[in-house]
Amino acid sequence: MKKLAIIAAAAAFLGLAQAPVVQAAEEVEIPSHDWSFSGMFGTFDRAKQQRGLQVYREVCAACHGLRLVAFRNLADLGYNEDEIRSLAADYQVEDGPDENGDMFMRDGVASDRFPAPFPNENAARMANNGALPPDLSLITKARQQGPDYLYHLLLGYQDPPAGVEMMDGMYYNAYFPGHQIAMAPPLMEGAISYADGTPATTQQMAEDVTYFLTWAAEPNLEARKQMGMKVILFLLIFTGLLYAVKRKVWADLH
Amino acid sequence: MSGFKTNNRTIKWLDSRLPVFSTMNHHLIDYPAPRNLNYLWNFGSLAGIVLVVMIITGILLAMQYTPHVDMAFDSVERIMRDVNYGWLIRYMHMNGASFFFIVVYAHMLRGLYYGSYKAPREVLWGLGVIILLLMMATAFMGYVLPWGQMSFWGATVITNLFSAIPWGIGDALVTWLWGGFSVDNPTLNRFFALHYLLPFIIVAVVFLHLWALHAFGSNNPLGIDAKGPQDKIPFHPYYTVKDLLGLGVFLIIFAGFIFYAPNYMGHPDNYIEANPLVTPAHIVPEWYFLPFYAMLRAITFDIGIPFTGITLIDAKLGGVLVMFGSIIILFFLPWLDTSPVRSSRFRPLYKLFFWVLVVALLVLGYVGAMPPEQPWVTIGQIATAYYFAHFLIVMPLLGKLERPKPLPASIADPVLKPGPATNQ
Repeated sequence: MKKLAIIAAAAAFLGLAQAPVVQAAEEVEIPSHDWSFSGMFGTFDRAKQQRGLQVYREVCAACHGLRLVAFRNLADLGYNEDEIRSLAADYQVEDGPDENGDMFMRDGVASDRFPAPFPNENAARMANNGALPPDLSLITKARQQGPDYLYHLLLGYQDPPAGVEMMDGMYYNAYFPGHQIAMAPPLMEGAISYADGTPATTQQMAEDVTYFLTWAAEPNLEARKQMGMKVILFLLIFTGLLYAVKRKVWADLH
Repeated sequence: MSGFKTNNRTIKWLDSRLPVFSTMNHHLIDYPAPRNLNYLWNFGSLAGIVLVVMIITGILLAMQYTPHVDMAFDSVERIMRDVNYGWLIRYMHMNGASFFFIVVYAHMLRGLYYGSYKAPREVLWGLGVIILLLMMATAFMGYVLPWGQMSFWGATVITNLFSAIPWGIGDALVTWLWGGFSVDNPTLNRFFALHYLLPFIIVAVVFLHLWALHAFGSNNPLGIDAKGPQDKIPFHPYYTVKDLLGLGVFLIIFAGFIFYAPNYMGHPDNYIEANPLVTPAHIVPEWYFLPFYAMLRAITFDIGIPFTGITLIDAKLGGVLVMFGSIIILFFLPWLDTSPVRSSRFRPLYKLFFWVLVVALLVLGYVGAMPPEQPWVTIGQIATAYYFAHFLIVMPLLGKLERPKPLPASIADPVLKPGPATNQ
């Protein structure tokens, strides 16, 4: 009983310690979406991830980098070696210097990472009305409630409420902190045609790309949760045995 | 207490020249412990185990980490993505830091509740406070290493505290600490060096802590000294198995966080690479520093001679003094507490004030995470005032005013014949 009380106290303390951090960010309440990867048994959804990759490549990649993800990592999404090789070859990657000392462009290979859309920050700002499109490699971990936030942000474009003065070139978004975002609404109904024939609604695209980017931020999520099951199951049995041993050892004292 | 015996001639030969076996036997096997220690006494050995886990995972991480401002963030991500089980080792280390503080705070509160700091254990307690200070320094510098936004800005805020020292010393000191004119590559390099060094100093102080502990042995929930051998039991097997059971429970909770909520106690901004040109909306330290951060920010006023306009201590220096003072005051606890009775079980008034202190600390933790606005500022000031009043006023007075309940005759007495004298 005492043990339980200690655990409860520790959990309550952690809860207390964490709760204010969430509130301190002055953010709008973000509704939670149902994700296959949440919960103890969570796994990714390969079809959604593959469609999400397509959304990233055809929509997001125009402005957003994915510098921590290599083409070889796409094997996690169910692509085979040949598919990854040909996908990588769609990109041009700077290499060199060659024997003349010059840098040159070549087709991407599996070990390359996704090339950046802009050569540097200034170029990115120049092309985006002064705003810097963030790299998306860790975006779902770099925001509170990352996947929910991303999904609702992508769908959160609205007309500004009466009385809200919009800055030049900014768009009203219900979920962006401060509500004025420099990114134009990125997802248009039917903007892409999915390879698997799924209708490309904005909700569908937002969900798919969130699946893809959640994997990009935490590629080991499935392995982690599966290992956790085994570890905790082992620990439960082990601790149960220790409890029995402890009772037996202490029996002669009581 | 049988002493060490063996028939193995090699072990006998070695032990007569270097008595490792008889020493281990004396301190881990035969070591007499009070028979009535409850599960709150598990946190000491747990803290030791977490320290070992932190050192092992830390050494493995250091083999893959690059302490350079341009590469630190990416090298951590490389650990997370490309190093075999790197994500596991890093999440263990990251959450291990939080759990180290959970365990140590529980250990300290246990000491406060049962009066474990009182004579003859003042030095034991003081060594514990030194361990806490070393842990705080180590944790702070460790948090800087991934070079995320909170790493950088946390380092900037905390190192800047030293600039509050007057007479021109502060600014020079901060430049010296940074190795430059802002938190930059030299800062990251030295933080890495010190983050690797300090844990081994902690290990050394832990040995002193254990040495001091074994001089008189553990306190116990009744807070009375052992009257004879019937009050004590050998450490092994009784407390080895009890500590292991506690470890099992601890590991289940620890694993729950590592595998299912690894970033719960972290801040999302630390997954954004450090950028000296962009300040985060709210700079908050790790949760285990929040109560102290709240005390730092509680001093919003200059302290001077009234009606003359002379400032003796400005608000910034006052905050820094209060924050460091909140730990330093713990060194004096054994002498601030004037009651001869150790355990709260027999001190009804002290027990009440103990829980008020716990509430004040939780409130401070909450306030520390809030933006420095009303009503949080005032609430933080009241809680800070209580924190100091608890040690400086309540404790000395209670020893004089409180009438403790009668103490049991011996440890074995209430344990073997549970009577109305105890409430556990």
